[in-house]
Amino acid sequence: MTRNEYVPFSSHVLQVTRHTAIEYTFRMEYSGELKPGQFFEVSLPKFGEAPISVSGIGDGTVDFTIRRVGRVTNEIFEKYAGENLLLRGPYGNGFDVEDYKGKELVIIAGGTGLSPVKGVVDYFSGHPDEVQGMTLLAGFKSPSDILFLEDFGRWKQTMDVILTVDFAEETDNSCQIGLVTEHIPQLKVKNKKEAAVIVVGPPVMMHFCAKGLLESTFSEENIWVSFERKMCCGIGKCGHCKIDDSYVCLDGPVFPYLKGKTLID
Amino acid sequence: MGYVLKTKDMDAILKKWGGDAIIFAPVRYAGQSEFSGQDSIRYGAVKSIGDIVFDEKSSFTFKEALLPLCETLFYFTENSVKEADGKEKSAIIFLRSCDLHALRVFDEIYLNSGPADYYYARLRENARFILMGCEKSFRNCFCVDMGTNISQNYDAYIKLDEGNVHVDNKFDGWTADFESAAQSSATVTPDYVTDTDVHVRIPENLSLDVMDSNMWTEYDTRCINCGRCNFSCPTCTCFTMQDIHYTDNGWAGERRRVHASCMVDGFTDVAGGASYRQGNGQRMRFKALHKVYDYKKRFGYHMCVGCGRCDDVCPEYISFSTIINKLEQGMEEVTVNDEK
Ligand code: SF4
Ligand code: SF4
Ligand code: FES
Repeated sequence: MTRNEYVPFSSHVLQVTRHTAIEYTFRMEYSGELKPGQFFEVSLPKFGEAPISVSGIGDGTVDFTIRRVGRVTNEIFEKYAGENLLLRGPYGNGFDVEDYKGKELVIIAGGTGLSPVKGVVDYFSGHPDEVQGMTLLAGFKSPSDILFLEDFGRWKQTMDVILTVDFAEETDNSCQIGLVTEHIPQLKVKNKKEAAVIVVGPPVMMHFCAKGLLESTFSEENIWVSFERKMCCGIGKCGHCKIDDSYVCLDGPVFPYLKGKTLID
Repeated sequence: MGYVLKTKDMDAILKKWGGDAIIFAPVRYAGQSEFSGQDSIRYGAVKSIGDIVFDEKSSFTFKEALLPLCETLFYFTENSVKEADGKEKSAIIFLRSCDLHALRVFDEIYLNSGPADYYYARLRENARFILMGCEKSFRNCFCVDMGTNISQNYDAYIKLDEGNVHVDNKFDGWTADFESAAQSSATVTPDYVTDTDVHVRIPENLSLDVMDSNMWTEYDTRCINCGRCNFSCPTCTCFTMQDIHYTDNGWAGERRRVHASCMVDGFTDVAGGASYRQGNGQRMRFKALHKVYDYKKRFGYHMCVGCGRCDDVCPEYISFSTIINKLEQGMEEVTVNDEK
């Protein structure tokens, strides 16, 4: 008999952390194989199911960073702590940390694009000796949009961190001002041709980052991207995530840039 | 094996089958067409041969029997999930050759690509298919060019001829029924068309580059993104999840899936607010290339079966075969631009 992939399981919400006015991280119970960049279908009361990428992997836990938008705009997410939510997954290929071991690694993330790649940042921040060097370049719209602020302090101890915002009313020293793309030429990387780069963010941002990287002599074949699409089913059925002949839920969401750049919708 | 039966004997067989199966076939709904004054031929449950419309094309298809328009998947509360029960009866489906080819597309996506779909598999498992032949092609059909005019993989083929029913049966489970009711045995082979009025040519060099052609612009205004072309298409497989909440707090309810259309607003909206393909022209490009380009890249044969139903139902008289035939010039246009 075919397994029923659509029936979710119930998982306990252990903790809810607020990052910004609309973004929260839910830490939930989960034990099982998991890769950064994979996603679950999370059922939110009043909203329905939404594909949410894994933004952290712990011992028996999984983190989801969720935006309070649409029908859940007025929900008080904090009160979900202690409740149960329905989940199904994990889906998608995710990032394979093996691809980056022994290399210089640059991770460029725009806005919520940091969520899917955060597991990779966490992993190498815990195993700095497994890469030859690591830079995290993360951009947000404004200081009040910054996600995972408390993690940046930890990451700074083991890697180069460039935290930048598109604009700020006033500046302190916690972040720089400017688009992520403006920082690409200054990246301190010894061997750009060989360095591995992960770029995750809105489509326009990924496009211009890739352009900037290639201009700075990074190699196309060493770049990875991750796509965000409306993934309704997660298992190649509903059709919402299809781009050309690829299903983002089955073949992605992580793609080598050489493939990713052909996926135009 | 082939048989000739009296219609009333075939009706008796249908009645017997009706004990544990719903028999789906094209039925006439008088005056219910989207075009005023015309009848609508759609799928419905039938009890006798006389209920079935053999000599006209249905504007909607058999797919609703295997992927209901709106299907409850399960019921949920905060802590529990209860799967929706399956149908008590299996399905016996009357369809045409193009439709049987479309069934292959459904099986490809719902059973073979990625994990199999539980709900589809459940309906598909005991479903039986009865082929209706085509003596002549209908308006807008281009099955011959798509290679879908002939089908062998039916459980039975049925043809009406001067008050008799001619059957070619391939399903062992039905042999006894036909043996006992038949007037005589006969060699029965399905009627199929060998030519259609409409022809299509899919260019060899077709690629995603054609998205930059101007050929799509006219559909920005002509197409009203009603999605009818998708809902009537036997190979459109997409759906959207929908939650119905029983309580104000949203913690109890049911999850359904409903047919979705890539032409209609909201198809690509992501939770963060982004959405892709805003214009109807590019939506048309997305649909067209799926039907005659990228599905084949992935699965090895074209998705479109050339049934022409999208043309039959479009309120703006947009012709999909015309779009296919414009692709060649569209490719020329973008290749010339490349060379500049
Ligand atoms: S092509 Fe015709 S049927 Fe399809 S969405 Fe546009 S107007 Fe509707
Ligand atoms: S695209 Fe049109 S002609 Fe092709 S299978 Fe669908 S409805 Fe039939
Ligand atoms: S999410 Fe449904 S097909 Fe990919």
